Amino acid sequence: MPGKLKAKIVAGRHLPVMDRASDLTDAFVEVKFGNTTFKTDVCPKSLNPQWNSEWFKFEVDDEDLQDEPLQITVLDHDTYSANDAIGKVYIDIDPLLYSEAASVISGWFPIYDTIHGIRGEINILVKVELFNDLNRFRQSSCGVKFFCTTAIPRCYRAAMVHGFVEELVVNEDPEYQWIDRIRTPRASNEARQRLISLMSGELQRKIGLKVLEMGGNAVVGYLQCFDLEGESGLVVRAIGTACTLDKLSSGSAPNTNTHIHPNTAPASNACNSPSKDGKEPVFGEDLPLSSGPPTPFRALPTSSSSPPPFSPCKPCSRQSSSSDTDLSLTPKTEEPRPVRRRSGIFLCPSSPILSTETLSLPGSGSVGFGHSSAPRATTPPPPSSIHLDSALLRKSVSFTENLLLAASGMGSGGSAGKEAGPLKTLLRQQTQTALEQREFPFFTLTSFPAGFLVHVGGVVSARSVKLLDRIHNPDEPETRDAWWEEIRQEIKSHAKALGCHAVVGYSESTSICEEVCILSASGTAAILNPRYMREGCLDIGSTDHRFEEPSPPSCGFCHIPYDEFNMPFPAQLTYCYHCRRQKVPDVLFTTIDLPPEASVTGKGCLIQARLCRLKKKAQGEVNATAISNLLPFMEYELHTQLMNKLKLRSMNALFCLHIQISVGENMLLGLASATGVYLTALPAPGGIQIAGKTPGDLSNEHHILTIQKRINDTIAKNKELYQINPPKLFVLDPEVFGVINMELTEETVGSPIPEPRQRHRLLRSHSESSDELSELDLSHGKKDAFVLEIDDTDALEDIHSLLTDASPPTGFYSCNTEIMPGIFNWTSGVQMFTSVRVLRLSNANLTNQGLNKTFTDLCENLLKSFYFKLRSMIPCCLCHLKFTVAVPEEELIQVTVTAVAMTFDKDQSQEKLTEKPTTKGSTETEEQLQFPLELSTDLSTNMQTSNKISGTVSLLTPAAKLYQNQLIMVHSAGVPESTTVSPRAASVDYGSFADRCSTWLELLKMKAHTIRRGSVKTSRRTQSLAHPVSSLDRSSPLPEGRSRSLRSNRSFGGSSVPVVKMTPVSFLPGTRIIKYLGIINMFFIRETTSLREEGGISGFLHSFIAEVFAMVRAHVAALGGNAVVSYSMKECVLMENPNKNQAQCLINVSGDAVICVRETDQEPPSVANIGQTCCSSADGAT
Amino acid sequence: MAVELDVFVGNTTIMDEEVYQLWLDGYTVNDAVKVRMEGGVMDECEASADVLQSDTMDQYRTFQMCERLLHSPAKLANQLLFQIPPHRQAMLIERYYAFDDAFVREVLGKKLSKGTKKDLDDIGAKTGVTLKSCRRQFDNFKRVFKVVEELKGPLVENIRHHFLLSDKLARDYAAIVFFANNRFETGKRKLQYLTFQDFAFCAGQLINSWTVGALDNQVEDMDVDLDKEFLQELKELKILISDKDLLDQHKSLVCTALRGKTKAFNEMEANFKNLSRGLVNIAAKLTNTKDVRDFFIDLVEKFIEPCRSDRWTAGDMRLYLTHYTNSAHILDTFKHQVVWDRYMGVIKSCIFKMYHD
Repeated sequence: MPGKLKAKIVAGRHLPVMDRASDLTDAFVEVKFGNTTFKTDVCPKSLNPQWNSEWFKFEVDDEDLQDEPLQITVLDHDTYSANDAIGKVYIDIDPLLYSEAASVISGWFPIYDTIHGIRGEINILVKVELFNDLNRFRQSSCGVKFFCTTAIPRCYRAAMVHGFVEELVVNEDPEYQWIDRIRTPRASNEARQRLISLMSGELQRKIGLKVLEMGGNAVVGYLQCFDLEGESGLVVRAIGTACTLDKLSSGSAPNTNTHIHPNTAPASNACNSPSKDGKEPVFGEDLPLSSGPPTPFRALPTSSSSPPPFSPCKPCSRQSSSSDTDLSLTPKTEEPRPVRRRSGIFLCPSSPILSTETLSLPGSGSVGFGHSSAPRATTPPPPSSIHLDSALLRKSVSFTENLLLAASGMGSGGSAGKEAGPLKTLLRQQTQTALEQREFPFFTLTSFPAGFLVHVGGVVSARSVKLLDRIHNPDEPETRDAWWEEIRQEIKSHAKALGCHAVVGYSESTSICEEVCILSASGTAAILNPRYMREGCLDIGSTDHRFEEPSPPSCGFCHIPYDEFNMPFPAQLTYCYHCRRQKVPDVLFTTIDLPPEASVTGKGCLIQARLCRLKKKAQGEVNATAISNLLPFMEYELHTQLMNKLKLRSMNALFCLHIQISVGENMLLGLASATGVYLTALPAPGGIQIAGKTPGDLSNEHHILTIQKRINDTIAKNKELYQINPPKLFVLDPEVFGVINMELTEETVGSPIPEPRQRHRLLRSHSESSDELSELDLSHGKKDAFVLEIDDTDALEDIHSLLTDASPPTGFYSCNTEIMPGIFNWTSGVQMFTSVRVLRLSNANLTNQGLNKTFTDLCENLLKSFYFKLRSMIPCCLCHLKFTVAVPEEELIQVTVTAVAMTFDKDQSQEKLTEKPTTKGSTETEEQLQFPLELSTDLSTNMQTSNKISGTVSLLTPAAKLYQNQLIMVHSAGVPESTTVSPRAASVDYGSFADRCSTWLELLKMKAHTIRRGSVKTSRRTQSLAHPVSSLDRSSPLPEGRSRSLRSNRSFGGSSVPVVKMTPVSFLPGTRIIKYLGIINMFFIRETTSLREEGGISGFLHSFIAEVFAMVRAHVAALGGNAVVSYSMKECVLMENPNKNQAQCLINVSGDAVICVRETDQEPPSVANIGQTCCSSADGAT
Repeated sequence: MAVELDVFVGNTTIMDEEVYQLWLDGYTVNDAVKVRMEGGVMDECEASADVLQSDTMDQYRTFQMCERLLHSPAKLANQLLFQIPPHRQAMLIERYYAFDDAFVREVLGKKLSKGTKKDLDDIGAKTGVTLKSCRRQFDNFKRVFKVVEELKGPLVENIRHHFLLSDKLARDYAAIVFFANNRFETGKRKLQYLTFQDFAFCAGQLINSWTVGALDNQVEDMDVDLDKEFLQELKELKILISDKDLLDQHKSLVCTALRGKTKAFNEMEANFKNLSRGLVNIAAKLTNTKDVRDFFIDLVEKFIEPCRSDRWTAGDMRLYLTHYTNSAHILDTFKHQVVWDRYMGVIKSCIFKMYHD
């Protein structure tokens, strides 16, 4: 299907002087698309030429339209010698190919030269006329929309989420072609830019085709990367999530969630259905995760901290690969407080008790195993009763449910690859097949429509080390494809091991050094609501309705998806602290954004683990082996660091976890970033306990005590800083929870039990006490299980480094999620920035410790710099902090950060905060009240209907009843308390808080005042200047002003440039996105042979990054947009050779161009949502 | 462990006014860091010296990159490289073109040539302005001079439009350009007591009344060159001193009016002829470029100094000059009233401005 591309060259301005003699330029323009080239006339002797060309028309295939960029070259005409190029503009015309995006590209573009940077600007008009597409065998995919945003774009609703799309194209890198030896650096750079532009066009087109095949119309969360494999070639690969998006009418709310029924059933329910419970899941097969060999690490911190099981890497002939490590595996310290016993489901108390001693991993694994058969025996209720089932029964159903899921997951996904098919119920089959039809049930999205995400299992990740070989045939990128395929399979099986059928927040990355390449993939194992997955989901949706579980969406996703008795890793489970009906882990790690409906206590913060590991320099296979041997250790250490830091901040969940491992010639760098929060649904984290190896040593003991004290102090300080005061329901019922009460109060002070002896006594005591108490105590016993053992200087260093992380200065918050949990009222101040730092290590005696410290300081100092630079924005939050590390050369560490600082209103946040607990409290009361009621009524019906329930179950009921009573007691006591006491406590807190902000406010006001005073004056002036500027056109000033006789009426395009905001986040606070104009995906190379003259490497990069921003802004403005959202800098490869006075840099950026308008009326949708869902869930229940 | 590279780029260019001023004042990065540390900015955000150093470096780099644009401020508004809010742009420009009075006083009336530029280090040492800052200021003068030199229309307006400056600053630049163009002597010891603002005021007077543009506002160099015809006509005023009768008549008229109104009456009466000769001679000689250059020194020597030695107060001066000017209108035989007014209007206000210690 052909299309007609039309381009018109209007004018140029600020051109460089190309003719020294006249100080002027004779400029003309070449417009090239594919193999067709047009030229404008020469506009003689002007630095601000007016070409006003005719429309140049290109009649082309839409395939080419997608692949090729429009290439505009500005040249200086020379009569006698060759024409000199001034610079180029590449215009991606893809945005013009969707019907609803931009209709014309029109505006000023910077003229870019890879050697000189931006040299003037050119005004261009581009239009496309596309004919109707009728060819079924087309190779083009015009009309498929692409979004970098990893959420459903704001002015669309997802009719369906089809799933994972990926594609990869390879080519020879022009830089390494033989011809590069004889051509100029400029020609080489341009060849590279053009090739990558072509390749990404092709890639998008191919992905678009896949989307069309799947029946979708858009790709969301589109992530495109380059692998510069050097000699081996150039790989451009992309992943994304295919969706069918419907445009919301402009009037409707911007929130995509609105269309979704708030009561979307969690998958577990949807899948319930006639269960074929008799079927024995296949057990006894290797659980890939728990079967790891006893790890060689020094004393495992706790029994519970399962070291991520590492499978030994198997070097295969040429490619050695290693993989591994599920970070979902969370070392535990948690007290599963209300451990309710029921139906022969025993939470094996033995293993947790032992927890203070180091418990060997296989042991705990086997314990879990032993019990796993028990619940299976408990008969799930007959299908008929499901929809009226009591909470209790529902509970047991979902247990089995989870179990089955896990079992089937393991069966089919495990290494044995067996089928556990018969277990699948009808609905399950639908979901499952819907997902399993797909090779990879992966989603690159990180935030989801409400109800989409049912449960989250944890982080799954896989890495593999490969040796690069030359790609011989660019048309068949099989090896690379196979590599990724392998990794994805691994991720999939990890997810299955976690009882999950999908992976969300999925991303892939590489790190290349010479011929070694580390491929990494990570994501979050999850169970998704099948409604979005199935074709014709609407009618089934209504069926789902019946199985509705009124579990509040604010905690549902925390509930474990895996089988509690057959956990893929040892974890401490407790009943959800929010709904108290399902089990939750003590710690949750994910790669996704915090669901908007999740309830969080206090604020979150950025948590980073940083690690350097030296390695011997080596070549080829030896090198690859060395690297793959190091990887598991790095993962383990990063994980431990994350865990410690999380506990130190008294938080219990990580979101947006990104772990990057970067390889250099002589070292590996690991950087894990995440945002820690305290999820209300999860148990409070215990403290960190320091233990010495030699308890007898007095001086050592003293030392340990001081460290312990420091840690406890830090925890207490952090609790205050992040406003973590979880509701303390349990403290309120002293009669039942007498023992725990004491401990809890102690715990809230933030000190874990410091005395091992005391702990022993406690443990002993509950072994003698009654069941409930023992359980509760037991939970306590586990709480302080997180022990850091100081056995050598190494560990000491670790602990010190743990404490060196500075918290952000007053008025600042930081996170790497889209927005900061706990902040609701963003104001419109937005400052996106990119910062790059390169550190040269002194080469003498590098040690791991020294390196770690250097690396940590580098990251910390960067953060400090940001805080300082952005201090005028206080109060503000650094959001979406994205750190990228690289080892560009031996002894060089490069850290690149892109983030946005967003201001918020301190005053309002205070109101909101005080407001929030009360509203939360009230919704909680509603739920809590209604929940027990329902329980009791259901119980009776249940007793009648399910006569067939086996003895164990009926035996169980009294206990449950007892529990239920307690629960009611607790709640009835707790509700008034929580509404009166906790706000009071909170208000005290906020009082001081208010003081602080009032001073800030004053400061700000003062600042604003002075600024305003200044600006009143100036703005008046600028207004008066606005006219002069145009009059100035007539009598042009300055060097070019000499040509006064040339009185051109050129347009300067108004007096100022349109403002384009940029942000890595998917929205702009205070505004509403009304239109997505298309994806921005740009690749630039800049090179210099006069490094010193450009201000050294810093000056060079500074101007290059500024130029890249300028070009992005210009393209967005030309599309008619006023902002870029989901902006990211994917690549920033810097090479320098100071001796030769040379440097080269490659930058790849992407984002979504949008039009947004100020939003004045809307209240924060998240709050409204919560209210809405709560109300409707209440309705549904009564 | 050396930081090899350290860059921070914001989508909206971040600029600290304080650092900008330090940069403009020609501080090195290290000195600027010291100044900032003393200023207490470190406490604001728990910053360390490293952070301050990095921030200062970064901003200096930004300013250096912006400098090219600041040379033609109109470009700043429609360039694409830096996204700077309009009020910030105005601040950047205004500050960039701001100058030290002490410095400009030294350069005022000198040819804006390479030769003068070479002497900048001396001037810097003398005025306490860093060489870097001197160079910037000097280059600004030169740049403005070059651009407006050949433009039509009012000088102040031209400067304001082309350099987007405030009215005040544009007027100062007009004075500088005017002085540089006419090469008025300002450096003599006797003139040292005059400030730049004194001269700027006088320049404004001259531009408004004595240039070509005062009559016709669409001529080339209208505000930069003095009106030649007018200067020729000034010769006619000589009659006031060459004609004995006229001189006596003028004197008696002035003395009658002044009698009893001032303590310095006797000195005024005694010096009348001298003073009158002085002023009229200045007028008559202005056709010579050399004498134009000496205009201010002549004013001081021939008029201000004698009065000062007679201890006239500013009020005396005002009184005397008012009557001196007005009395000429009553002289029957004096036909050059228009030229006289045009001349004395400027002389009067200049002398008022210049008559101080």
